[in-house]
Amino acid sequence: MSGSTRRGIHFSRLYSFSCFRSNFRDEHSQIGQKGYSRIVYCNDPDNPEQVMLRYRSNYVSTTKYTAVNFIPKSLFEQFRRVANIYFLVVACVSFSPLAPYTAYSILAPLVAVIGATMAKEAVEDWRRRKQDVEANNRKVKVYDKNHTFKETRWKKLRVGDLVKVYKDEYFPADLLLLSSSYEDGICYVETTNLDGETNLKVKHSLDITSPLHDVNAFHQFKAVIKCEDPNEDLYSFIGTLSYEGQQYPLSLQQILVRDSKLRNTEFIYGVVVFTGHDTKVMQNSTDPPSKRSKIERRMDKIIYVLFSMLILVAFVGSFFFGINTKKDNENGKLKRWYLRPDDPTIFYDPKRSELAAFFHFLTALMLYGYLIPISLYVSIELVKVLQSIFINHDQDMYYEETDKPARARTSNLNEELGQVDTILSDKTGTLTCNSMEFVKCSIAGVAYGRGVTEVEKALAKRKGDISDNMQRSGDDDVDLGRSVKGFNFKDERIMSGRWVYEPQSEMIQKFFRVLALCHTAIPEVNEETGEIAYEAESPDEAAFVIAARELGFEFFERSQTSISLHELDHESGRKIDRSYTLLHVLEFSSARKRMSVIVRNVENQLMLLCKGADSVMFEKLSKDARNYEAITRDHIKKYSEAGLRTLVVAYRELSEEEFKSWEEEFLKAQTSVSGDRDSLVDEAADKIEKDLILLGATAVEDKLQKGVPECIAKLAKAGIKIWVITGDKMETAINIGYACSLLREDMKQIVITLDSQEINELEKHGDKEAVSKASSASITNQIREGKSQLTSSKGSSISFGLIIDGKSLSFALSKDMEDSFLDLAISCTSVICCRSTPKQKALVTRLVKKGTGKTTLAIGDGANDVGMLQEADIGVGISGVEGMQAAMSSDFAIAQFRFLERLLLVHGHWCYRRISMMICYFFYKNIAFGFTLFWFEAHASFSGQSAYNDWYMSFYNVFFTSLPVIALGVFDQDVSARHCLKYPILYQEGLHNILFSWPRILGWIFNGIISSMIIFFFTTNSILLQAFRKDGHVVDFEVLGVMMYTCVVWTVNCQMALSINYFTWIQHFFIWGSIAFWYAFLVMYGAVSPTVSTTAYRVLVEACAPSPFYWFGTALVVVSTLLPYFLYRAFQTEFRPMIHDVIQKRLGRAKMMDCGKDELSDGDLLVGR
Amino acid sequence: MSSGDGASKKSKKPRYSRFTQQELPACKPILTPALVMASFISLGITFIPIGVSHLSASEQVVEIREQYDEICVPSNYTNPTTAHQERIRFIQDSRTDKTCTRTLTAPHKMKPPIFVYYQLDDFYQNHRRYVKSRSDKQYRKPRSETEYGDCDPESTFNNMPIVPCGLIAWSLFNDTYRISVNDIAIPINKKDIAWKSDKTHKFGSDVFPKNFQNSDLVGGAKLNESIPLSEQEDLLVWMRTAALPTFRKLYGRIETEIEARDRITVVIQNNYNTYSFRGKKNLVLSTTTWIGGKNPFLGQMYIIVGGLCLFLAIAFIIVYLIKPRPLGDPSYLSWNKNPPAH
Repeated sequence: MSGSTRRGIHFSRLYSFSCFRSNFRDEHSQIGQKGYSRIVYCNDPDNPEQVMLRYRSNYVSTTKYTAVNFIPKSLFEQFRRVANIYFLVVACVSFSPLAPYTAYSILAPLVAVIGATMAKEAVEDWRRRKQDVEANNRKVKVYDKNHTFKETRWKKLRVGDLVKVYKDEYFPADLLLLSSSYEDGICYVETTNLDGETNLKVKHSLDITSPLHDVNAFHQFKAVIKCEDPNEDLYSFIGTLSYEGQQYPLSLQQILVRDSKLRNTEFIYGVVVFTGHDTKVMQNSTDPPSKRSKIERRMDKIIYVLFSMLILVAFVGSFFFGINTKKDNENGKLKRWYLRPDDPTIFYDPKRSELAAFFHFLTALMLYGYLIPISLYVSIELVKVLQSIFINHDQDMYYEETDKPARARTSNLNEELGQVDTILSDKTGTLTCNSMEFVKCSIAGVAYGRGVTEVEKALAKRKGDISDNMQRSGDDDVDLGRSVKGFNFKDERIMSGRWVYEPQSEMIQKFFRVLALCHTAIPEVNEETGEIAYEAESPDEAAFVIAARELGFEFFERSQTSISLHELDHESGRKIDRSYTLLHVLEFSSARKRMSVIVRNVENQLMLLCKGADSVMFEKLSKDARNYEAITRDHIKKYSEAGLRTLVVAYRELSEEEFKSWEEEFLKAQTSVSGDRDSLVDEAADKIEKDLILLGATAVEDKLQKGVPECIAKLAKAGIKIWVITGDKMETAINIGYACSLLREDMKQIVITLDSQEINELEKHGDKEAVSKASSASITNQIREGKSQLTSSKGSSISFGLIIDGKSLSFALSKDMEDSFLDLAISCTSVICCRSTPKQKALVTRLVKKGTGKTTLAIGDGANDVGMLQEADIGVGISGVEGMQAAMSSDFAIAQFRFLERLLLVHGHWCYRRISMMICYFFYKNIAFGFTLFWFEAHASFSGQSAYNDWYMSFYNVFFTSLPVIALGVFDQDVSARHCLKYPILYQEGLHNILFSWPRILGWIFNGIISSMIIFFFTTNSILLQAFRKDGHVVDFEVLGVMMYTCVVWTVNCQMALSINYFTWIQHFFIWGSIAFWYAFLVMYGAVSPTVSTTAYRVLVEACAPSPFYWFGTALVVVSTLLPYFLYRAFQTEFRPMIHDVIQKRLGRAKMMDCGKDELSDGDLLVGR
Repeated sequence: MSSGDGASKKSKKPRYSRFTQQELPACKPILTPALVMASFISLGITFIPIGVSHLSASEQVVEIREQYDEICVPSNYTNPTTAHQERIRFIQDSRTDKTCTRTLTAPHKMKPPIFVYYQLDDFYQNHRRYVKSRSDKQYRKPRSETEYGDCDPESTFNNMPIVPCGLIAWSLFNDTYRISVNDIAIPINKKDIAWKSDKTHKFGSDVFPKNFQNSDLVGGAKLNESIPLSEQEDLLVWMRTAALPTFRKLYGRIETEIEARDRITVVIQNNYNTYSFRGKKNLVLSTTTWIGGKNPFLGQMYIIVGGLCLFLAIAFIIVYLIKPRPLGDPSYLSWNKNPPAH
């Protein structure tokens, strides 16, 4: 365990880490005041004062419910839906004599529906609970009263406990770092779970506590921490430590946050400061914004339409009921004497007919309640969960390399996937792999590296000439057996040590030395194989170190003061070890855009090695060492055109005196306590990073993911607009745009940028107001120009691509400009925003979402995409290299960009189709049923008597019609997955919301009303008076109910059979099973005692089944009811076909389909076996 | 499959099955013109013969109907309002002689069994108050005689339970008919006119009428208190409430043949008050066939729907021939022609 490869590196001596040294700042004066009142007695959790404070335990619960509040809370959630409230009220009222049905028959379906939804909630919560239990029961070593470290469960930790955490373990709570296995008390932390960043972060204990190492030392250790109250800010911490009578300031540098992981450090000791829900992570966990799909929102509107229909119908009924009732007893003359209007209850009182009418209105609201589909919500939820399971199980969206299947993290949005209008995509890690590969370099004006990048291939294709050179080097790819991750460099001139024979070999040596030395990576030697892997802050850096290794400059050890390389000796050509003394690291920052190290080599030469962005580096070059500048610039330009990331590499030799004087100044700047210390340090660093000698430039490729161009082309064909929002440079972004066929040669580019001379000059003057004014004007102008270009080319087939950079974007997103910007952007085929910040990503997303009102999908992989993912209608996370942050806040997680094609075109299309058909059908079936009640009412003087037995009705939504519609929602497909992908145009049905448009919804509602009319009037007319059997029996109330209900069940299920496109045994089973179940139910229910079954007693067995009339009548009614829809479909598919009709037919013709009818025998259009 | 199991156990790769990959064998019917025409034609071809057979069956039924409500009540007035009032007075007066004789002629030969029905108009047996006003429990068991259900206001008389309770029983139809053919009296068989399940299960054989029609306000017929409910078939028939306001109920059966042109004399005891609500009363004699009584509607509809199908098939063919569309014509994929309004 203790065989540490890196013994006590005092990084604190180096510049890069020294800035973490804590100082008392202004904030520390607030300690003890409001918001800064927490007190922790270190190593003394049993201290009565500590106990008095009653800080929360380390038990964590992320569940929505507890055992106690589950029932009330989940019920409350349920009844937030309007429809459910309605049903609840109905159920309550149903116990009064107002009810047209028995109370239980109303209550039963409601209980079933609510129960099912609650069960679903419970299962989901149980899963969360299981995760919690797992986390709460993890083990950690805690210093106990017997002065030993003992294993305890996480949940038992208390504030003030002293814990020991080993390598690769998670921190159980927010800890104060006391000491680590390193002498100077540093440790490395991986915070992937927090921010998605994969690089390691260094934490640093106070010097005063870092010697606390052995168990005995802790025996005496007592200290008090006073610090801020729990809060969600991950990037600040303020506190003080009182130890041995002294006060020490504490900062975030000493805090180890729960859910991050200890890396590269054998162990650490720490004191628990925040526990359980007080930890930063838990404080940070907010529920992701709940998203609802557009279809669901429209569905709510339809429910309101149905409610108004219900109220209207109920009102009409009550009106006539009032009139009829009033007439029954006029001036003591009884009209319908058999109703005893002279001795009425309040509900039928002719003398107070208005009141009776009002009560009847309430009754009618219940009676026609079947217009509102009670089981719609629960069915939809169930269907969506099942759909998600299908998405999760799709083998074609499983990525072997990372072992990641697709995950639908929410099931709310499945159908929204079928309506995506705009995709907003991140670039790095989303379109590209985010695994950097060293592909090219330019050393001393000579370009090395024969690899061909994806972008180059695309460029070549674009130009139409694939040169021999490129093809040949493409072939080389196949020959090379060994491939190294991060390294895709091929050039026989300098590989395998042959660089020695190059004319500029000295420069080449220096070049790679810089790459091998100028970094902050840490080597990890695999003790078995001797291979060396690197932990680097960024994949770029890793690529450089690897490249250096592959070319013979193998970095293998880093100590506190030195870096050691296995190096190929220039003269002898043998491998020797060389050690460099590391004097200073001048760290990379986004402002400096470069990093340098100062080292002393074995020959006692002092050297500054530097690498950085071309924009800053060329300024730093020495005046007389610019030999290769022009040609290097040229190479850099070519590289970035090829979609590569470039860095300039340079060095300089330092004289001892210069170094000495500079170091003094630098250290002074470092130790200064004034607020502008950072800028002082930067300034000091600036002073030595000058007069550099150019060595060359590197080019690293971030490879396009597999299948990205094809996928984008498909999505574009489906009519989806794709915007790329990236932090990259404009050139890189444009080239990537070409590479993934976002931009095409035949497109006109509209570029909006602030990179003009005029503005640059203004910026130099520093007059911010003038700059923003000029910028704003310039952007307005550019947008106007773009628009005029668009209008002038209207009618022609030219498409446009819009490219805008971050600075311009910030102006374009301002209130007064965003509309015109959006206008311009949405008329362009593709849009690329470069150099944009995470906030801009979210803002652009919001602009598109709000501005167009259409569905947006954001896809990204990093923590910087989270805002965008949460803002968009659908967030898709790539569960890739940059941690899981994006995937965790997404709605769908996929492993590769190309799976988006299948997710949208196949699953999205299907789910959209299924859900919209399902909802339409739901309304149809309930209206068809509900209106038969109304027609019957009209023939029962609107008295509120239902035509059917109570239990027939309760079971309508639950048993007789629910399963087929669920099967439709889960399984139906218009064409197979293969053909969905083959004909991306199918996606347009969702894009234009054809299947859930108001005309279509109203059409279905209308169809429902027609069906109910046909059912009622055909049935009643055919069995009005006469005997319906040979034995002279006439139809009574019971038989009519059964007959109508039979027709309804048949019609509704056959309608389903007519409207679905896809019959597996499941559909057959459910549809015909539902009908069969109705008969079975009638037989069973009719067999129980007549006091229970009342009107259903033996009604099928005795009365209906023996009558041929019943069966023929049913057949006629069912066929006539289906005829209008069938007729409509027949003419519509033939003469106004929708896209899927056309494709289905084409496929049908091509294959001479699997399921034809043999009886057809005319023409060659025949569908037969 | 089995060879890779060891490795795939850890892997999160979804298992392959035709179900999870949504590749179940399926039949995908497509509405091709051929299929459309074939279904229309086959529907037409099956429906028309069914319709014809229904119609012919219905034609074989001989039905005689006689409306007697107005004729059987003497009225001295021609003014409809006053005539109406007089009729009500007549029917409510218990002293008047309500016997009425009607003579009918059989149009065709009627083979037994000839069913005798009464037909009422505008009588809302399906009114909620009426339908609910019964107690199935009481009708089944003598010890449940106080289980009134929703029988009010016909549940008790002087605090004694009324058996059978409720408005339905209380308003029992009480016109009676005696029939003679060519002056020879013919018995009307009233056995087995109710549903068997009513006799054996819904109404108890040990439940006898009690306190029935004892109050001042007499609704309809009285019941013989020595006969159990299950034997009171008139009551059982009446208790099966009708679905619609116009309905027929079985009165009895004639089991002798009536020849064509035979003179049928019916002596009606016109007791039942339909005059208050202006309901008509009819007497119906009808034979049956396999479809039941005389009912041309079903047969006609079969023929109409069948004919319509044939017509549609032809229309479809014509339209198809005039405006032929090649299958899967891609020109129909022009979506942007008419983008739907939002």
